[in-house]
Amino acid sequence: MDFSVVVEYFPRLLEGAWVSLQLVLISIVLGGIFALPIALARISPVAWIRAIPFAYIFFFRGTPLLVQIFLVYYGASQFDAVRESFLWPILREPYWCAIIAFTLNTSAYTAEIFRGAIQAIPQGEVEACKVIGMTKFQMYRRVLLPRAFGIVLPAYGNEIILMLKGSALASTITILDLTGMARTIIARTYTPMEIFLAAGAIYLVISIVIIAIFRQIELRQNRYLGTLSIKVPDKG
Amino acid sequence: MIDLHGFGDQLLQGAVVTLELALSSLFVGLILGLLGASAKLSSIAVIRWIANGYTTIIRGIPELLTVLIIYFGATSVLMAIAGLFGYDEYIEVGAFAAGVTALGLTFGAYATEVFRGALQSIPKGQHEAAIALGMGPIRKFYRIILPQVWRIALPGLGNLFLVLLKDTALVSVVGLDDIMRKANIAVSSTKQAFLFYLVAAFMYLALTIISMVFVSYMEKRASRGLNRG
Repeated sequence: MDFSVVVEYFPRLLEGAWVSLQLVLISIVLGGIFALPIALARISPVAWIRAIPFAYIFFFRGTPLLVQIFLVYYGASQFDAVRESFLWPILREPYWCAIIAFTLNTSAYTAEIFRGAIQAIPQGEVEACKVIGMTKFQMYRRVLLPRAFGIVLPAYGNEIILMLKGSALASTITILDLTGMARTIIARTYTPMEIFLAAGAIYLVISIVIIAIFRQIELRQNRYLGTLSIKVPDKG
Repeated sequence: MIDLHGFGDQLLQGAVVTLELALSSLFVGLILGLLGASAKLSSIAVIRWIANGYTTIIRGIPELLTVLIIYFGATSVLMAIAGLFGYDEYIEVGAFAAGVTALGLTFGAYATEVFRGALQSIPKGQHEAAIALGMGPIRKFYRIILPQVWRIALPGLGNLFLVLLKDTALVSVVGLDDIMRKANIAVSSTKQAFLFYLVAAFMYLALTIISMVFVSYMEKRASRGLNRG
């Protein structure tokens, strides 16, 4: 194997890595914003309100991300109504289609993480809030959500790493993310092993950095507990 | 009824390939997982390092990249090895073989952690009792350890299988005729992308639901020794 090709094309790979990071960051932020109302609706006492997020989460967690990307990128253009609407400039761009698909996907996973965290808060704390006379809004803002945030951190860190790995699928709709850039370089140089291994190493470094950052945040957020629970990501 | 333009049986054939790929990868992955877990609990440091390196690398890089590395890399690696023995013909690794290798490696890395947790949760007394009865290490493993590990590991393995089922779609990128590629073919000839990708999505959902039912049946079966009253 000849790794001089890696040195030569390393700046291009970093460009790709930057695109991957953008995709992950934007999707994670948007997905997190959508996930909160979905999670709250998921634990609603009203059955039909619960049913909608349940179906949403089931669909996005039960189907491959690749199908979801293709549904948004190729699927939307099947309808003339979409092609003629004001949304077309966005849905025409693979970049935004990837962000839409990733956001929908990660919001389903994140909503489940949030739901688990909210339900993991001891019932006694909810009762204590009521006894003090907090309104429902105050209870969520002051106690439940900050508590849930601390519980959520390890799982949320894992979700970001899974999203980073999922972002490689953007390359299937012509985006030059890290994987897409690697495939473009390989088409020119025909050195698949060297370039793919280099790309894999960059992904690995990014994952390790994300784990380290989350470990710091978790130490801060849960410092009153004096324990650490973050692990290497698990699937699921 | 939805009009699939005659692509219905094509998609079903794709589903069979998807299922074959998932089950073959599961088989490879379970073996790798058990080996990996044993290696991580080994008393020899070098073996532990190898196992740690394997799980860290596989879990840190995207599955799509693993598939691509195996698909494009296996050919050059195999040819280099064959070249040492004086064989210069072109060797091609098929999409299915590459898919089973890549997905099996991925499943194995995650299953290693599941099996390790399960192995560690077996009380020491169980090992001691088996040895006291005069069982050798292999018989102890098959009769005492494995049945309990299986019960504890099943829920985790079930989740991993659902992830594996969805990851099979990635192998369509290197040309395996699974659900996803059949849908791509149907789309390119009918131009009805939304319809066919949605049908593909629901086929994956159906496979997911079937797997979930099967896993919960297996979990009940594996824990039949408990709660007998």
